[in-house]
Amino acid sequence: MTHRRRYTPWLLVGPAVLWLAVFNLWPSVNTVILSFTSARPLGGGRFTGLANYHRALGDEQLADALVNSLVYLLVCLPLLTVLPLLLALLVERKLPGITFFRTAFYTPVIASAVVVALIWGWVLDDRGLVNGLAREVGAITHPVPFLTDRWLLLLSAIALTVWKGLGYYMVIYLSALGNVGRELHEAAAVDGASAVRRFWHVTLPGVRATMLLVSVLISVSALRVFSELYVLSDGTGGPGGRDMSVVMLIQMYSRGFTGHLGYASALSLLLFAVTVGPMLVLLWIDRKAA
Amino acid sequence: MARGFSTPSPAERALRYALLLAVLLLTVGPFLWELSTSLKGAGEDVYTRTPSFLPDRPTLANYATVARTVPVWTYAANSLLVAGIAVLGNAVGATAAGFALARLRFRGARLVLGLVLATLVLPGEVTVVSQYVTVRSLGLADTLLGVALPGAIGMLNVLLMRTAFRAVPPDLDAAALVDGANVWQRLVHVGLPNVRGMLSVVVIFTFIGAWDDFLWPLIVLDDPNRYTLTVGLQYLNGTFSANPRLIAAGTMIAFLPIVAVFAALQRSFFRGVEEGAVKG
Repeated sequence: MTHRRRYTPWLLVGPAVLWLAVFNLWPSVNTVILSFTSARPLGGGRFTGLANYHRALGDEQLADALVNSLVYLLVCLPLLTVLPLLLALLVERKLPGITFFRTAFYTPVIASAVVVALIWGWVLDDRGLVNGLAREVGAITHPVPFLTDRWLLLLSAIALTVWKGLGYYMVIYLSALGNVGRELHEAAAVDGASAVRRFWHVTLPGVRATMLLVSVLISVSALRVFSELYVLSDGTGGPGGRDMSVVMLIQMYSRGFTGHLGYASALSLLLFAVTVGPMLVLLWIDRKAA
Repeated sequence: MARGFSTPSPAERALRYALLLAVLLLTVGPFLWELSTSLKGAGEDVYTRTPSFLPDRPTLANYATVARTVPVWTYAANSLLVAGIAVLGNAVGATAAGFALARLRFRGARLVLGLVLATLVLPGEVTVVSQYVTVRSLGLADTLLGVALPGAIGMLNVLLMRTAFRAVPPDLDAAALVDGANVWQRLVHVGLPNVRGMLSVVVIFTFIGAWDDFLWPLIVLDDPNRYTLTVGLQYLNGTFSANPRLIAAGTMIAFLPIVAVFAALQRSFFRGVEEGAVKG
């Protein structure tokens, strides 16, 4: 049959377009609409103007959450930009058994954040592995309250995010390193350039664009953190609920009798506004470089 | 003369392996510690100051206890169902759409592509609330279908598949056209065999993503019998925080299947990565 039917492309792309409309475009529009209403998880709600935004301005828990996000971002960004690159350089060289190491280093990435947080919750417990070992060697007399102190809990969650992210960004760097000319490296080595000089003058310029992309990915995902904080704090948000993230607040307000979908939507838009920042920075740098 | 680039000196080799082992201990150690905890019997003190990494008398009793107290196998089946729907939907839907956007000319193609691209700047968390409202109005609140449906065709996967189909040499496609092949034949006989690497990356990521997801099922599901593993685990953690052995056993039930899936497919995953699938 050589007759080409004009609707065939739409048959192929149709389901995806349906999903695009129902589960991506409409929810985006509806988030804006809902943010001006008093919609509840169990139904109902009416137009309330800017009431939700007004409420957000005076929300102390939200202020805490934004501070937490900032700390999260500032700690994650340098660590996750640099450490995975070093790790990629370590596993780049084809030594016997290197595939095993690469796969093993990727394991935390494929595990659910819930699984990872439960494991670390046990490791960092008052009577867990870290406190046990530290006490054994006499470094401490009382357990370090990793999971019950406002700042230590946040830092523990950050450590967990960094630990879980190492392998993910390592693979991205690995893929980028594959494109950095091997000849260039060899030429530099033959010229007697030390490993450190080769790193600064050959490797780094070669992966600069990737570093930029990675740092944007890190920033956005640091602002989106949820599971680590939720599980480490047993859903409570830590002492006084001060260790909430913005997404935890969204989840909290999207459920149950005390829920408020309108307010949760306003918080969602705020989250969007915050995550757009890093992406705009990327575009701006990209423009300037071009 | 400088040493050859691809043959590290014995000292460098030793240093590299030492570092590799140190990182290995850091990345895999916690998982092994959890596994070990899950195998320790009720008589063994898991809190001891000098922790022993090997259980005295390994036992599967904790797994049996977990299964008796919460329906953990039902949770596993629920997770599997959700992940299965997501994998099937993406393998079919994203592949079909990716092919159409890469290889076919039709009215509105550019608009569709532009909108698909636009969704990438939107983190999923931003729309969970209104997604929930949508799913609820479809009558799917508190159902596994409601959990699985929104992710059944991911826009990122559509883009990845489009990229893969665009990389297929145009000559191949042109030859098929000259031979009078129709769209379906071009997709099945020319397109698919050449995008297997990307397709496997999409399948692996979709499975892992659906199996590991926490926020979305936590919002959609109410009935404890419909929980997926991650939500069930959190529930277990709230109920049995006094006994780390049980939590550990539950954690391993969620973790080990994903390790098995990944171990089985990691070759095609890393090959797909080398083809540039994860470059973003």
